Amino acid sequence: MYEGLIFAGFGGQGVILSGKLLCIAAMNEGKHVSHIPSYGAEMRGGTANCSVIVSDDEIGSPLVPHPTAAVVLNNPSLIKFEPRLQPGGLLVYNTSLIDVKPQRTDITIVGIDANDLAQAEGSSRAANMIALGLLVKKKPDLCSLDALIKALDKAVSARNKELNDINIACLKKGYQAG
Amino acid sequence: MSEKVLMKGNEALAEAAIIAGCRHYFAYPITPQNEIPAYMALRMPMVEGTFLQAESEIASINMVYGASAAGARVMTSSSSPGISLKQEGISYLAGAELPAVIVNMMRGGPGLGNIAGSQADYFQATKGGGHGDYHIIVLAPGNVQELADLTIRAFDLADEYRIPVMILGDGFLGQMSEPLVLPKPTGKKFDKSSWALSGAKGRDHHIVYSLRLTPEHALEELNIRLQERYAAISEKEILFDTYRADDAEFLLVAFGTSSRLCRNAVNILRKEGIKAGLFRPITLWPFPYDELEKAAEKVRMVLSVEMNAGQMIEDIRLALGKDKDIQSYGKMGGVVPEVDEIVEKVRSYGTR
Amino acid sequence: MAQDNAKLVYDRPEALVDRAHHYCPGCGHGIIHKLLAEIIDDAGIRENTIIVAPVGCSVLAYFYLNVDGCEAAHGRAPAVATGIKRVHGNSKHVLVYQGDGDLLAIGTAETIHAANRGENLTIIFVNNAIYGMTGGQMAPTSLAEQKTKTSPYGRKVADFGQPIRACEMINTLEAPVFIERCAVNSVKNILKTKKALKKAVKNQVEGRGYSFVEILSMCPTGWGIKPVDALKWVEDAMIPYYPLGNFRDR
Repeated sequence: MYEGLIFAGFGGQGVILSGKLLCIAAMNEGKHVSHIPSYGAEMRGGTANCSVIVSDDEIGSPLVPHPTAAVVLNNPSLIKFEPRLQPGGLLVYNTSLIDVKPQRTDITIVGIDANDLAQAEGSSRAANMIALGLLVKKKPDLCSLDALIKALDKAVSARNKELNDINIACLKKGYQAG
Repeated sequence: MSEKVLMKGNEALAEAAIIAGCRHYFAYPITPQNEIPAYMALRMPMVEGTFLQAESEIASINMVYGASAAGARVMTSSSSPGISLKQEGISYLAGAELPAVIVNMMRGGPGLGNIAGSQADYFQATKGGGHGDYHIIVLAPGNVQELADLTIRAFDLADEYRIPVMILGDGFLGQMSEPLVLPKPTGKKFDKSSWALSGAKGRDHHIVYSLRLTPEHALEELNIRLQERYAAISEKEILFDTYRADDAEFLLVAFGTSSRLCRNAVNILRKEGIKAGLFRPITLWPFPYDELEKAAEKVRMVLSVEMNAGQMIEDIRLALGKDKDIQSYGKMGGVVPEVDEIVEKVRSYGTR
Repeated sequence: MAQDNAKLVYDRPEALVDRAHHYCPGCGHGIIHKLLAEIIDDAGIRENTIIVAPVGCSVLAYFYLNVDGCEAAHGRAPAVATGIKRVHGNSKHVLVYQGDGDLLAIGTAETIHAANRGENLTIIFVNNAIYGMTGGQMAPTSLAEQKTKTSPYGRKVADFGQPIRACEMINTLEAPVFIERCAVNSVKNILKTKKALKKAVKNQVEGRGYSFVEILSMCPTGWGIKPVDALKWVEDAMIPYYPLGNFRDR
């Protein structure tokens, strides 16, 4: 298997963390993984994204020009990445914040009310976890839900660890919604 | 510490330097290697080391020079434009026979260029860059694990040969996170007491210098000594890797990030029944001329894949001469070569 | 024998190597080297002292002072000294010897930032208003209308700016603990210079921080005048523009 993924949103939505969490989980289940964020001037202006690859084979370029799946959490990210998806790819988008309608008909499109679902679990900051839970349900080859939950301790910085209960609840909720 | 962890290239390198015993780090911020100074700023105080953000690249390489002269394991890091500024200091390190580790996470050039990964500093790194007849050892890691492992090796090589060692990565390698097992220290000890500056107590005074104007301190003599050392390094320290190259008819030659793409390309070509293989120099200086010659003995075509206009290809030509068909595929300005294009380049050649 | 009754009243300092130096007749470097050697001896720090020599006439200072020595690229002495000091901490004493081109032209950034960090160093700045080693070119401290190889019609302020006053510039920074300008053109001034250098070295030994001593010195060869006239030129031309005295002593 080979999955080239994009996680995108604005700064603070935890898109970089989502990618790292997935990498650690997949790594622990024996996959080859890579993660590379947008950086430098590209990340100024409030948008952030990262490219993640999960593969059975060694990874060449860490870049993902044409993702097999994209998780987008705000409007500019949808506009930027929807056109880049491979035909047959998966688009997970955050309907809480995105009011643009996806256009493509050759991809699978799943909208989820990530912010509101996360808020119901205690913090809208965990919207990324809702989306990630949904993603691994739709793409079970990436990793198991259990691996994601176990990887939280490694991926989340010390100052944010108090949110991990909410993160776990949101991962599960997103997974169930998938 | 044999646990697999996910780490960003820049941070894995910084931690490996600390594992290697580096306790002095001087640098100036530049993208795409900013995680190295940030990591060192956080980490050095924990190990009673020095992190100093210098006023310039020029100052930082000279702080490295001073710390090395004082006998310490020391490192600086930068990216292409900053490495250009450090060249003066690198030449002085070479002239004064001082060990140091210098990291270049290459970005697109010339000029301010961009911040994407690039391999356009191959000539600068391997052919000099600064003034004078000198070489530095140049190590080109291909993944985050190797980045960490070669960092450990870089410090040992620097101390063993009293030579600056450059780790030549690129923005992609520095920015990407991959699983790795953090390396262990080698524990090798190097006695610097015969030359390091520690105060002239019970011995003649030591002088670290490269100015040689008089017959008793002849410059030619220094140069001969350096060249003998370079010959010994070329003899003993070559590193390279091959992948499915044993029976290859088509040999891709690439280092660092571009070698990763070539590996994918080889697998695709092999599935199609095309016998492709990869030769990956890990030491770019000394370049594995003989080893490449041997690997390319029976191949029909050699394809140099680089993230530049074709720089390493000159060393490939030196290794293989004019009889071999040596092709170039390079992407410039921080653009990554496409695996499909590498495949197509070989495929179209194979069927003609 | 007569020597039995002789009393040794003067000897070469241990910190000064017994070899002929390359400086021109009337040059101030020899005086300053000897002062440094005496101070090192008096303080008993010869075995714990490292001198960083610049690019300029005093590039070979490390051959004359019997202490560990380090050459620095042009202008980079404060950075090199920073590296050495950060390794050894206050167990070793690092003297940074620089000329005017080194300290105030090509190495201005290193000068300012080492001072601003308050590196525990002793900077010895020899200002002779000329580039001596390269053959008498204009320095950042060459006086207005001063004729040099690269200002044959005199230094035109409109083209090259006014000569820079180092002590006054350093004195705008918070960190330095000691700043003084001296001269070596007379016995009286040499004694004052020795006193200032002694304080600047003592400060470092005591871990007090950055000390800066500017020494107005003679370069009769570069100036194209006789050594005796050079002493007078320091007095009549340099000192009026570069006033002697202490700027800071904390």
